[in-house]
Amino acid sequence: MLQTLQETVSRLSSLDRDVLAIAWLSLRVSLTAVGIGLALGIPLGAFLAVTAFPGRGALVGLFNAFMGLPPVIVGLVLYLVLSRSGPLGSFGLLFTPGAMVAAQAVLATPLVAALTRQVVADAEAHLGEQLRSLGLSAPRRARALIHDTRFSLVTTALASFGRAISEIGAVLVVGGNIDGHTRTMTTAISLETQKGDLSLALALGLVLIGIVIAVNAVAALLRGHAARAYG
Amino acid sequence: MDLLRRRFVAHGVLAALGLLVGLAPARAEPASIIVASTTSTEQSGLFKHLLPLFEAKSGITVKVVALGTGQALDAARRGDADVVLVHDRPAEEKFLSEGFATKRQDVMYNDFVLVGPKADPAGAKGDDVSAAFGKIAAAQATFVSRGDRSGTHSAELRTWKEAGVDLPAVKGAWYRDVGQGMGPALNAASALDAYILADRGTWLSFKNRGNLAILVEGDKRLFNPYGVMLVNPAKHPTVKAKEGQVFIDWLISPEGQAAIASYKIGGEQLFFPSAAR
Repeated sequence: MLQTLQETVSRLSSLDRDVLAIAWLSLRVSLTAVGIGLALGIPLGAFLAVTAFPGRGALVGLFNAFMGLPPVIVGLVLYLVLSRSGPLGSFGLLFTPGAMVAAQAVLATPLVAALTRQVVADAEAHLGEQLRSLGLSAPRRARALIHDTRFSLVTTALASFGRAISEIGAVLVVGGNIDGHTRTMTTAISLETQKGDLSLALALGLVLIGIVIAVNAVAALLRGHAARAYG
Repeated sequence: MDLLRRRFVAHGVLAALGLLVGLAPARAEPASIIVASTTSTEQSGLFKHLLPLFEAKSGITVKVVALGTGQALDAARRGDADVVLVHDRPAEEKFLSEGFATKRQDVMYNDFVLVGPKADPAGAKGDDVSAAFGKIAAAQATFVSRGDRSGTHSAELRTWKEAGVDLPAVKGAWYRDVGQGMGPALNAASALDAYILADRGTWLSFKNRGNLAILVEGDKRLFNPYGVMLVNPAKHPTVKAKEGQVFIDWLISPEGQAAIASYKIGGEQLFFPSAAR
């Protein structure tokens, strides 16, 4: 164990360009997926928070449950859909970064929607009456509340980023872990573990954790800056 | 004023997201093919050695998806691969007879080795793999099976049969079916001090060996031939038949065969070229 740790530290210093490329791909795929998740999930969650219609409760329950969607199932279903023999096979997306983005976006969207709904519903409880008394329509109320809760929504974005970049089940199945094309941090760590090169796997794991911490730190800085400037 | 600044920030964020979205789809790439192959070829490092040589020569990018032989053939059946390079002769014959490929060509072979704890509690060491399997079953010594329909798994099941062991009848806690690739199965065997049938290539490149060592090798029943097939474009029109054939032709050319022979780990050759000339 101790020896593995020592080796890990020495491996860290010799990580090469390949590792940088893999880390960049992971970051690109997960950030894009989170971007899609935010673009779809925030309006959806806010809409669910400010409106009332039959079946809304069931829909909210569904999104809450889908926060725990197993990545490997998402990967498998997308594999069958994107396969050449599947309904969207003609796009040739299987085993490409695009397929990985799609899979992670499917994982991120319900998470964003569910968390946004909660945050906006809490704000609604305070300000809803006031906004309604101004005669604002539901979409405008949703927009006002999204704006009001924007700093809390940063946490939502970070949570979905954490889910996306750390999962392996979906990217492995739809990406195929192809060297130089669809190998991400998590699939690379898994591969090195399979090869029995535990110190390299651990070194890559430290890099991944570093990336997650860095992204969170940048978000915290931006949020603090924005809060001071416009809060 | 304040509102304008907020707008500005919001648009900036959107623009940044848009940039990332725009980056994600792969740029227009040079010709590339997808090769469905086995974990043994990927994890032994063979492709990392071969592909740069082929890509430099042909300008065709080869994307390898490493699966078990059974899975690799299934992916090709669905049209998700252009070429398959696998090692399970009966499964390959079935693939051919279903019309998913029209021709199978020998590429190379390596061999399986029986790996086990150096202390060898079952007394399996020797040069007869059938006898060794018989002793392991009799002693109920811990044995790790791939259990994943891979070529190595098929070979293991064949060997039990040849040893006269009725596996379903004698299977017990000593027989650990891990359902994973060669590397993870070796990791499990290393942790359990168990016996395991492994391909020599993965074993040689495997680093977490613990107390394990080769106990049986060289038995001709451990011969492990690899075949290459182009997926039949008549079954799947999206198959890149031209580029796929270029890759196959290179693999079985004197140049490709020499490249296979030159791949060594610790001075030991992993794969032996066997294309018919």
